[in-house]
Amino acid sequence: MSNVLVWIIWFLAAGGCLATGVAVVSVTNPFYSALALIGNLASLAVLYLLLAAEFLAAAQVLVYAGAVMVMFLFVVAYLGGRADAPWAGGPPLLRAAAVVAAAALLVEVVVVVGLAWGDNLQEPAEVSDSFGSPAEIGELFVTSHLLAFEITSIVLLVAAIGGVVLGTTPEKEEAE
Amino acid sequence: MDGPDIGWYLIVAALLFGIGALGVMMRRSPLIVLLSTEIMLNAANLTLIAFARQQGDLDGQIFALAVMAVAAAEVAIGLGLIVAMARRRIVLDVDQASALRG
Repeated sequence: MSNVLVWIIWFLAAGGCLATGVAVVSVTNPFYSALALIGNLASLAVLYLLLAAEFLAAAQVLVYAGAVMVMFLFVVAYLGGRADAPWAGGPPLLRAAAVVAAAALLVEVVVVVGLAWGDNLQEPAEVSDSFGSPAEIGELFVTSHLLAFEITSIVLLVAAIGGVVLGTTPEKEEAE
Repeated sequence: MDGPDIGWYLIVAALLFGIGALGVMMRRSPLIVLLSTEIMLNAANLTLIAFARQQGDLDGQIFALAVMAVAAAEVAIGLGLIVAMARRRIVLDVDQASALRG
């Protein structure tokens, strides 16, 4: 793929990613926020593809933009009008502090990236075509990262049980 | 590598993280706060994957997958909490739901 084409795709994906991110935070209706996050996740998947992470890009679209966001949309639909809270909270001073804190985080990261740019961010390692393919990721998961794989499955199991417990109405409340 | 340097990906990730942090700190609806947390987690994932590409080492991608699983777990619990709050007729506003009492 030619260099210019990659740059064009990168710009579209990065721009879409940032625009939908701003939309998630700024839109009042939670339903539109969730839809914007789906766009955000999809454009991130494009960036993952450019970084030779094919399996992760597929997992991002299937697991995140698919399953997780469907869960979100169901809850938004279940809550209906009750999901709408005022846009921002607290006294104006707190809101200004939030903006300053977020800007400080951003400036810190950008400065660190800028300082490291000349030294070691310019020449990425040469990778084979199979870098990031499902076969390589899968092999790592059952060899050197087996423990992480098993712990992940336990985390998901605990979360599933927790979700059921939280979603079950206690008996005494049903009587009311 | 064709296209932009890794640094450009890191800048995009930093911007995304800032947007997400702003959302968490400013919005009052717990649903939007959860969505903003997702943006922050995904910004971290983008950095992990960018550095994995830079180093030519797949460990970063494995870590990113683990983050994805933790994010899915977090959404399940968070949405469960929000539904439980709605059932008990607690106002869905993170500024008002400040007492952790059953």
